[in-house]
Amino acid sequence: MKNLISMRDLSKKEILYFMEIAEKIEKGELNLNMDKKLAALLFFEPSTRTHFSFATAMKKIGGQTITMRGTSSSSVKKGETFADTLQTIAQYAEIIIMRSPIEGAARYASEVVDIPVVNAGDGANQHPTQALLDLYSIIKTQGTLENLTIGVAGDLRFGRTVHSLVQALSEFTPRFKFISPSFLKMPTYILDDLLEKNIKFEELAEIDEKIDELDILYVTRIQKERFADPEDYEKVKGSYILEKSMLSNVKENFKVMHPLPRVDEISTDVDDTEFAYYFPQAKNGVYMRQAIISILLGGVK
Amino acid sequence: MKQLKVDAIKKGTVIDHIPAGKGMQVADLINISGENIVMIGISLHSKKVGKKDIIKIENRELSQEEINSIALIAPSATITIIKDFDVIRKAKAEIPESIEGLILCPNPKCITNSEIIKTKFKVTDEKPLQVRCHYCEKKYLVEEVKIKI
Ligand SMILES: [Zn+2]
Repeated sequence: MKNLISMRDLSKKEILYFMEIAEKIEKGELNLNMDKKLAALLFFEPSTRTHFSFATAMKKIGGQTITMRGTSSSSVKKGETFADTLQTIAQYAEIIIMRSPIEGAARYASEVVDIPVVNAGDGANQHPTQALLDLYSIIKTQGTLENLTIGVAGDLRFGRTVHSLVQALSEFTPRFKFISPSFLKMPTYILDDLLEKNIKFEELAEIDEKIDELDILYVTRIQKERFADPEDYEKVKGSYILEKSMLSNVKENFKVMHPLPRVDEISTDVDDTEFAYYFPQAKNGVYMRQAIISILLGGVK
Repeated sequence: MKQLKVDAIKKGTVIDHIPAGKGMQVADLINISGENIVMIGISLHSKKVGKKDIIKIENRELSQEEINSIALIAPSATITIIKDFDVIRKAKAEIPESIEGLILCPNPKCITNSEIIKTKFKVTDEKPLQVRCHYCEKKYLVEEVKIKI
């Protein structure tokens, strides 16, 4: 594998290989030495957390990073094409990690340069490293990715993260419970895909409605700005806030995940329960990104 | 009833049974230039389809790729290649597996709309005809996309 652009490109076997390598890295079973390897972090849109996670991952495997920020149009203004910018950077670095608001930017980059490209998020399209770290968090807490009951709550209409996650889990016969306000429901094209694959799902309106059946509850933020009328937001937001009191009868293996940053959709009193998993999830992101970079750089034998 | 005749051609391609009104679009699609003599019949009577458009191009044999691109606009079209007034080949426009450089992605955030890149689409479903952009991965009905001409 040369690039990581979209979950759509990955087979089940490849997904599981990423899991296996991340686990070995976490357990210290792999001696990775990316000495003299340089990752170019191209962030054409701000994302402090993702940048931090990648920079940490690269440093932990002995590599180094350079960062270029700005908008993808900034170099265009100087008269240089995006392709030329990429080709130039490819002369300095061994791998490009790219975040862009432009959809398909990472795919295009991978066609322009000879070095590996990692998509660190392209607009509303894909964020495969997030999807892989989410899967890694699920496999770590559940021991498997197969036959799980997964609740996904929040903004399911615009949430790129949940789309990738649902898409990735579809390979593993899951049962989904989608919990959202009616106008932020999972898009029909995703539901159609699930129907086609015979995957069971139901749509719910309250976060705790069937919480006792879940193995995982994946919570995402509902942005106030999505609502035309702020009053509508105030009316519904209570239905999508997870509170400690809702957790009295959940399954033993139940875990709450969140891509972070959170606003108030998970009440802080959940944090010190055994079910909170969002901070370890962020840590898993570093292991997964170490695995991704090492595999693409050919450092895993 | 008197029927306006579109002359037979000695050598070239005839695209028949184009749904009425789509003829000009098909002509643009296959990029008819001034080099060849072209006859375009608009709203002709047809026993099969009621009304149809027809295009005859002299001295040009369309490639299968060009023929397939016609399927995007006029899936019912029939294509006949002619030499010495004889039919040497009849072809049906077939929906291709992938479509390159022919259609524009309707997604304003797609890289193909901010960089000069040849667009690439995969046909995901045939009925109704749907395509997925290779870059932004959005799926569209063929009626939703703009044909690049
Ligand atoms: Zn596109």
